[in-house]
Amino acid sequence: MEDSIKVKITDLIDKNEVMLFMKGTPNMPQCGFSAAVVGILNHLGVEFNSTNVLQDDNIREGIKEFSDWPTIPQLYVKKEFVGGCDIIREMHENGELIQLLNEKNIEINQS
Amino acid sequence: MPMLAKDIEKLILESFPDAKIKIDDLRGDGDHYAAYIETKAFIGLNRVKQHQMVYKALKGKMGNELHALALNTSVPK
Repeated sequence: MEDSIKVKITDLIDKNEVMLFMKGTPNMPQCGFSAAVVGILNHLGVEFNSTNVLQDDNIREGIKEFSDWPTIPQLYVKKEFVGGCDIIREMHENGELIQLLNEKNIEINQS
Repeated sequence: MPMLAKDIEKLILESFPDAKIKIDDLRGDGDHYAAYIETKAFIGLNRVKQHQMVYKALKGKMGNELHALALNTSVPK
């Protein structure tokens, strides 16, 4: 991976407490797995930033190498890679996600 | 390009010979699978690490030939 891409990815993760690398946008996800993670974050009322990997092939391939993770979406919370869709879903169902967000002092506004 | 469930199982077993594996073809299209994998190799590792090991066992097929493989990993009880 080129250094400039790595810097870009690191910058996104550093500057955004809850950062989602996804296909499409939160309002218009382009993939069911990305949509599922957006749905969970919205359900919990967690503020997050996202980047659409479909608009930048360097980021799309770069983030896979960066996280050592072959699929999109990918969720980072305070610089820590939490997982992809399966893990987020499982953690949401068993309460671990809320626990993690609480531990990391991320605001939750569950309606 | 679809991948057969038995080929997924074979790759996983190559890396984790003790694994208990259950693979479901979710849509019957050879492209959307769910796999349950239980092996001693996962002991002491968090979920991200466990899944990363499975992806390594699949030798780069995940995200390429294999579009969707929902993973559920576990350690022997």
